[in-house]
Order: sequence, then C-alpha cells, then structure tokens
Amino acid sequence: MRDVAIIGAGMIPFGRRDEDSLMDMLAYASLNALDDAGLGDKSVDAVYVANMGAGILQHQTAIASALVDRLSLFPAAADMVENGPASGASAIKNGLLAVASGYYDAVLVAGGEKMREVTGWRATDFVATLTHPLAEYIYGVTLPGMAGMFTQLYMEKYGVTREQLVQVATKNQKMGALNPYAHVEMVITREGILDSPHAIVNNPPVAEPLHLYDACPVSDGAAAVVLCPLDMVKNAKKRPILIAGFGQATDTHALQEREDPTDLKAVTLAAKQAFAMAKVEPGDIDVAELHDAFTILEIAESEHVGFFKKGEGGKAAAAGKTQLGGQIPINVSGGLKARGHPVGATGVAQVVEIVWQLRHEVSKERQVKNAKTGLTINFGGFGNNVLAFVLRRVDQ
Amino acid sequence: MAIDMELEAVLRAPEVYQAPYPPKVITLANGKRLVVREVSRRDVPVLLEGVRPALTIERDYYDIVGVRLYAELLGWYRYRVRNEYCIIGQIDGMLVGIVNGRMMNEDIGISLHTLAIDRGLRIGAHLFAAKMEHHIEYLGQKEVWITAESPIGFRRWMIEYGLEKQTDYQHELGGATSYRLTRELYFAAKPRLVVGDRPVPKELLDVATRAIIVADEDTITQKICGLKGR
Repeated sequence: MRDVAIIGAGMIPFGRRDEDSLMDMLAYASLNALDDAGLGDKSVDAVYVANMGAGILQHQTAIASALVDRLSLFPAAADMVENGPASGASAIKNGLLAVASGYYDAVLVAGGEKMREVTGWRATDFVATLTHPLAEYIYGVTLPGMAGMFTQLYMEKYGVTREQLVQVATKNQKMGALNPYAHVEMVITREGILDSPHAIVNNPPVAEPLHLYDACPVSDGAAAVVLCPLDMVKNAKKRPILIAGFGQATDTHALQEREDPTDLKAVTLAAKQAFAMAKVEPGDIDVAELHDAFTILEIAESEHVGFFKKGEGGKAAAAGKTQLGGQIPINVSGGLKARGHPVGATGVAQVVEIVWQLRHEVSKERQVKNAKTGLTINFGGFGNNVLAFVLRRVDQ
Repeated sequence: MAIDMELEAVLRAPEVYQAPYPPKVITLANGKRLVVREVSRRDVPVLLEGVRPALTIERDYYDIVGVRLYAELLGWYRYRVRNEYCIIGQIDGMLVGIVNGRMMNEDIGISLHTLAIDRGLRIGAHLFAAKMEHHIEYLGQKEVWITAESPIGFRRWMIEYGLEKQTDYQHELGGATSYRLTRELYFAAKPRLVVGDRPVPKELLDVATRAIIVADEDTITQKICGLKGR
C-alpha cells in the first residue's frame, strides 16, 4: 500500500446559497481544490462525490457523473458515495484506498449538499431518513430529538451540565465568526443564551435539554480535496499533508439496541484504528475537528477518542482545555455548529480545515501554533457509522 | 406639500385614545441590548428610510412585507390609517426592526407587519411579542387578528403562539388565512415568548430617543440577506 497525500484542498463559504445549484457548489469547491493542487490542465483519474440527499432534495441522482461532465474531467472514473452525514469521510476513504492500492494516481474527492431550498422541517425530516425506519422514524424521531434524549442520558450518567454545553456553543461560534467559510458568523454570549431571563426567547428549547444554540444550522455548501501518492509528490505547489491513519466502525442502526446508548463505540473504534495506523496516541494530536452537530457530541466524542476520560469532556470544555491555545483545540473552524453542516460536505470540510491548519494557512486568530498532526471525526447516523482520519504535516 | 386643512378635516379619520406602550430592554443572544419602544408619527420619515431597501428584496418575502409596511407607515403619517401605532427595536440607537398594528375597535387589534433588519438574533420574535403585549396588556384588547405573508412569520406566530384559525372573519391584509390571538392564548405563551425589563436604564433610553439611526442601503440589504448573502 502506498502512502497517500492530500495535495489540494478547497471549499466555498457555507451558508444559504440561493444563487447556486448543488452542481455549482460542487464545481466551485472542486476547482478550488484542483487549483490548490496546482494540477493545471491535468485531469484526475477518478472522482468520488459525497452527497446524502440530492435524490430527495433536488430530485437529482448520478451526481458524480454530472460533476465530471461539468468540469470536463472525462474520462475519469466517477462514483457517488452516500453514507448519511458521514458521506464526506467515506468518499475520502474510497479515494484513499484507490490511491493507496496503486490503481489511481490522482483522485478528486468532493462533498456537497444543498439543504436550504426546502423548509427547515423538510430538511429535518430528510436527515431523519437515516434513522431506523421501523424502530425510530415511524415514531417521529428526528436527529434533534435523538440528540436530546442522548444528552439527557449523558447528563444523568456523567454530570454534563447546561453550562458546559453553552461553553461549547459560545466557543465554536466565536471561532466561526473568525472563519470566512463559516455559515454562522455571530458571536454569542453566555448571558444572552443562558443567564439572562431573556434567554428563554433567544435560545428556546429545541429538544430538551438541548436548545437552539446547541444545534448546528441547516446549510448549503461544498468542499473538496485532491489525493495522490506521497512518493509522486514532487515540487508540489503546497506542502502535502499525509493521511497517516484512518479508521471506520459501525454500530447498531437503532440506538435503543445498544447496551449503553451513551457509549459511542464506533467513535472509539474508528479513532483507535486511525491512531494505530498513524502510530500516534490521542495526546499527539494538535488540532481536532469533531462532529458537533449538537454540542453534546463534541463533549462525548472528545471523551470517546481518548482526549479526556469519560465524564471529563464537559469539565474540560468548561475549563477552556478545548479552545484555541488549550490542551487540545477542538473545532477551531467553528465546527458544524458554526461553519455549518451541509451533510454531504461536512466530512470533506473537516479534512480541508485540518489540511489548512497543518499547512499553517489559516488566519492567526484561528491558527493552532505549530500544528503537525490533526484528527477528524465524521459521525454518521447517530454514531452507527463513524470515520476517523489522522493527518500529518510532511516536512519537506 | 401643501395641505388643505379644511379638506383634511373631512379626509382624516377620527382616532381613539391609545394607551402608550412603555419601553423595555432585552438582552440578545450576542449580549447586546435591544431597546423596544413606541415611536410617534413624527418618526415615520426616518423609518421609511429603513424600510426602503427591503422593497426589492425577494428573500423570505421581504419585498411584500416591506412594500406593505412602507404603505402603512406612510398612511399613518398622512393620517389615512386609523388608530395605528408603531414599535421599533434599536441597538445603540440603530434601527434593527419595526412592527406595527392598529386598533380595529376597542376589543379587536389588528397585527399588521413585522420587519427585522438585523437577523439571526430573534429580533423579529421579540418585536412581534412586544406588539402582542401592547394589544393585550396596554391597549386592553380581547383579541388580535393576525395573518402571515412569509413562512418564517407562519412558524413564528401561528405555530409558536398556537393561534386559532378563524374562518368567520377576513384579516384586512387580504384573503390570506386569518388567525387570532386571544387573551388566554397570549397569557399561556407569555412566559416563554414575551420578555423584557422595565424601566429602561436612562442612558440606554437616551441613546435610543436621541436619534433613530438608519444604516445605509447596502448595509441593510446585507443584514437582511446575511453576510455575503448567506
């Protein structure tokens, strides 16, 4: 197996992009990544496109073929990868394996989703299609509802508090306000969303104990990376970033079938696999992008990947250990919470952010000093399909 | 514009006394202080400057809300709408939202429009709540008739307040579905939807009343459509 590097990374600002079609967004992000890779007129051997809902939301399928056509990348092989909110990381994994195997030398991976052309409740229903159709969906379970129940259990078992959740929300929105690619660029305060008696309107309950600012926004957006074998990277325009490790694990479809619903086994297993392959420990990670679709998930994942012991993640967040300059900066992009969560794009966007961090290319207000190794966790379903990547800066 | 006051006396509708709406202050999610206060007819010209950029913004039906609000405020200014009032929201003196309504009679209030200029802070929700508070608690009315022209309005008013659909009367804004907020519904919703502190600290109120500052057209457009159109 060959070592695989990311030689190009590109994104478009997430948000509500009324003027762009899904294909526009995928094309813009792909062109940004191809330009970043300095490929010039050279094409790629294959294209993997991550998308969860075009068939439902845009009534469009065969997205990968359409992107190849849009960018005139013929005769590149093209496949679409649908794996719920983990589609992005799954597409990168497929690209990684294709390059590592020696079958392809240059692969474009793009992820995109256009969710804002439907109403919020239709978008919520669309995402809920990932739940178990007979054990969950037919009873009206939504992802916010599921996350609310998960949070309640987590609070009871590990003592996580609303204050700790608010700390995650304010941290991530503060970072999002500094990220030009973020959907939500608004700083919020603990007073405004928790302490003030007016917070009941500013930050109403969505699915108790989760409130409005505990949840990520519904976003449009796209992101892309270009992969190639590390040993073929010569005179690269930008510093290559090695995919040092990856892991993927699954868990039961229905949350109720898990022995302990607060135990995100797939997160633990995926991270362990990625750490083992990269020959690193959690303590070696300089910067992490975790899947904070809800604030509780950042806390829970920070424990399950091994940054903190079970029950310590909330306290660590409250103590500032996960902020920029802290023990392990988490979601300095703003995370899903502020950058946004166009589901098919998210896993790719997480990797793009880590690539930029490891190249030391982001603004100094968001840059993790001397970052050399980064982790991403892309959380599909409600933890039933999770992918982890460890990325490493390659010294030239 | 020359005005014939003799003819005006015929054209102008007689108005009833409306109890004033006492100002209040609300802490927003970003920690800023929103001063919510009633304004007078004299303030209309500056308010129109704040509404004008919305007239051509299709996003979230700002155009129809903007056009109608503009006409209602102008109608009030020219004494062509009876018993109207207007409540605004200001942050550091800057106009960030406008709501208006009127008394159809002693018992029934008419909710007209809600326009949030600064978005993402639930300013529209706070101002709509202030409007309902005015009708029920200060004007002492039995019910308020409401309709929605945007999906956001429908979600905010009809669903969050659990309004009653009314099929017996038509809202004066047209043939769209009409709803009513009763006193019972208002007081049931009040604990979770109506907030604000009174009295407003003098320094905050002084800033708000000194001048209604209106952002330039590009800034308002950007605020309505989101930064970078997002």
